[in-house]
Amino acid sequence: MTTPERGVMERVEQPTETPSNGEPAPALTFQAKNVSIWYGEKRAIDNVTLDVASKAVTAIIGPSGCGKSTFLRALNRMHELTPKTRMEGTVLLHGEDLYSGTVDPAIVRRRVGMIFQKSNPFPTMTIGENVIVGLRLNGVRNQKFLNERLEKSLRMAALWDEVKDDLHKPGTSLSGGQQQRLCIARALAVEPEVILMDEPCSALDPIATAKIEELIYELKARYTIVTVTHNMQQAGRISDYTAFFYLGRLIEFGPTTKIFTNPTEKQTEDYITGRFG
Amino acid sequence: MHLERAHHHTWRKIKSALASGIAFASALLVIAPMGLVFFYLVVNGASSVNWDFFTKLPAPVGAVGGGMANAIVGSLELLALAGAIGIPIGVLGGVYLAEYGSARLNSVLRFLADVLNGVPSITWGVVVYGLVVLRFKGFSAYAGGLALGLIMIPLILRTTEEIILLVPNGYREAALALGVSRWKTIVHIVLKTASKGIITGILLALARVGGETAPLLFTAFGNHFWNHSLSQPIAALPLQVFTYAISPYDDWHRQAWAGALVLVTGVFCVNVLVRILTRGRGASVV
Repeated sequence: MTTPERGVMERVEQPTETPSNGEPAPALTFQAKNVSIWYGEKRAIDNVTLDVASKAVTAIIGPSGCGKSTFLRALNRMHELTPKTRMEGTVLLHGEDLYSGTVDPAIVRRRVGMIFQKSNPFPTMTIGENVIVGLRLNGVRNQKFLNERLEKSLRMAALWDEVKDDLHKPGTSLSGGQQQRLCIARALAVEPEVILMDEPCSALDPIATAKIEELIYELKARYTIVTVTHNMQQAGRISDYTAFFYLGRLIEFGPTTKIFTNPTEKQTEDYITGRFG
Repeated sequence: MHLERAHHHTWRKIKSALASGIAFASALLVIAPMGLVFFYLVVNGASSVNWDFFTKLPAPVGAVGGGMANAIVGSLELLALAGAIGIPIGVLGGVYLAEYGSARLNSVLRFLADVLNGVPSITWGVVVYGLVVLRFKGFSAYAGGLALGLIMIPLILRTTEEIILLVPNGYREAALALGVSRWKTIVHIVLKTASKGIITGILLALARVGGETAPLLFTAFGNHFWNHSLSQPIAALPLQVFTYAISPYDDWHRQAWAGALVLVTGVFCVNVLVRILTRGRGASVV
């Protein structure tokens, strides 16, 4: 393959299973155990244990400042970019510890892609360059391979038909929704195993949001997706599992249908019915 | 009631006109020296700026004609030497301040750079005289280039740092999230996004030291002939202007005016270039 480092942490094939109540446990992509995270003195995540099912969409909901983004960023070690962060607990990706001393965070991030709230195509690059930049900067030179991956990624991100004649135009010339799909194509191009999304639609209009949601639904056939969202209807529409965070703690986690129709915790019910948050 | 209001209205108009007038006059006062300098230089120097000025060596006292070709080339050589020292150290230092380092160390470095930016330029000449000229027993182009390079370092360092800090964090995160290493992210994403601003800072620093005289007085020293070795004294345009201006000969005074005109025009052109560069496409934010 193009990334020899991948041998450090072998990809483990997981059988696909659809979530259903009480059926055999689904294959797991992430297993977070007793994760706590501090920013300086402030505790942002408090002893969270959570399993993320493979090839399904897990939504993390909760009011602002509840730690949902921090937890998401702990899944690909992006939270380490914030100075003075400290973490306890373990996160396993297909059974391997993401935080063991021998693991390079860059390799973790190659396996666990991320989409941000604000679309951020590189302003100095064209649409085409933006898609393959991850491969390029990781040392892939084969032009034929890059071209194939370019088209494949844009097709998967449902953007190919809109931009195929404009690949040489700046990435920033696209509309907001197209830019976000370009960022998704860019993340897909390095062939990650998981895609994390941090409020991917919060800056988009309803039509662009619908397109991204549709895309998420298609992508989950191949990828495990974890998304943070402020929008409860969206969580209900797109996710198979929902985790409700409040004040850094995981209050409740389960199949989305159960969380939304019959939550166990009072706090979850209050939040979902709009009584606070 | 009605009258009183009308009265206030008139008074307000007067105050407003007065304020605009003062602001306009101040603006004129700011621009006036620039205009006067240029006007004076053109009046006194333009007649001596000719083909000979750019192609000939200085003529001996009393002889007609002559030029400053050696000083023009010397200035360019000195700027090349200064750039070779100032640009890499300044840019990499700016990268360090913006991307690495601890908050505490950085505030110390930033403070020191600001102090260095305020150091009178002749001080750099004295320092280099002590460190290089005395040790190697001679004035040289190297010493002059080093003095100018040392002035450039804190200038470029601070502008580079400020420009890099303007690059939105989202771009760094986007690259790092693709599994790109920190260093590659900085080189290929951050510096590329900030390149226009950094180049602007470098050009402005070159323009600034290109006009410096004091640090060259006892480092490059000046030379009435072509410089054939960088370890020998070398002529520089501002230095030549200085020598000629304080001389008692009318010929040399005219040459000094011409030299000053060429120097100012050169600096002006660099600034225009910077303008053009910074206008550019809207695509790259910085």
